[in-house]
Amino acid sequence: MSKVVQFDPHPAQAAATQSPLHHVAAKPAVGETGVTLTERAFLDHLIVRGEPGVLAGAVEAVLGLELPTQPQRLARNETGSLQWLSPDEWLLIVAGGEGFRLQRELREALGEAHFSIVDVGGGQTLLELSGKHAVEVLMKSTVYDVDPRHFPVGKGVTSVFAKATAVIRRVDESRWELVVRRSFADYCLRWLLDAGEEYGIAHQPTQPAVASHRQTVTDTETVS
Amino acid sequence: MFHIYCPYCAEYREEEEFHPRGQAHIARPADPEATSDDAWGDYLFFRDNPRGVHHELWVHAVGCRKFFNITRDTRSYAILETYRMGERPTVTANGPEAVPSATATLTGALA
Ligand SMILES: [Zn+2]
Repeated sequence: MSKVVQFDPHPAQAAATQSPLHHVAAKPAVGETGVTLTERAFLDHLIVRGEPGVLAGAVEAVLGLELPTQPQRLARNETGSLQWLSPDEWLLIVAGGEGFRLQRELREALGEAHFSIVDVGGGQTLLELSGKHAVEVLMKSTVYDVDPRHFPVGKGVTSVFAKATAVIRRVDESRWELVVRRSFADYCLRWLLDAGEEYGIAHQPTQPAVASHRQTVTDTETVS
Repeated sequence: MFHIYCPYCAEYREEEEFHPRGQAHIARPADPEATSDDAWGDYLFFRDNPRGVHHELWVHAVGCRKFFNITRDTRSYAILETYRMGERPTVTANGPEAVPSATATLTGALA
């Protein structure tokens, strides 16, 4: 195995963890709910880089996922999701606490090959947008063509979102995921709440996908 | 508002996802120690400013973040082709008369 210093970013008895959106209180829709917004906090996000020929075998063996080599593809199974970001870069999102183990297993499987795996979970979070008007909210927010005819289930792109950027992925017919930078999470959330107001947007409490030994802290206010 | 074809993402993407990064195909002198000051100055600071076909380096800054090349007509701003790093242009100033190919689509008025 290559000489890389590894550490578990979420050791047992960890310090309390805060989602970047811990301070924004959930709020039901005014009137009928047309869109639902939920943060999936504390997932482990890993950036995997290398030549597809080098990575494919290990990724399949460890994750049970076929490495998506076609642009804009998103592969998913019960372990997590793996998205093409560029010809030599993928975003792997797995349950909170699983990232360290999978990273070790990938490193063991890849041995001395030329590759890189970086845990970026602390720098970004995942927002889920669902409901029959979710696509309209996205259309107001991004320059990318999210029309369902152009954006089938299993596609994911990185594009401009509001005045920031986001990874936009379609996970099923009416469910979309946004991966946003931690420092832009508050801005993106408030943008979505504003953009979704006319469709009746419900902001659900954060869903922590977190291992049992981790404490989470919230300190909420209400968005006015 | 117009679209540029990213050769790595293999699709047309909104122009605001891209940034231009100057002239393409500038070779660094192989032996800087043996390069004259004039030649080194040319390499560092001097760029072509042709009327017509021009090869440029662009980056898909918000998308895949890869650099690639664009052949562009500086008279009409038409994009004639986009191609990956390491590849050579197929449209050149000495080549066939520059005509806009399907590589660039204008979806609105170009200011
Ligand atoms: Zn691209």
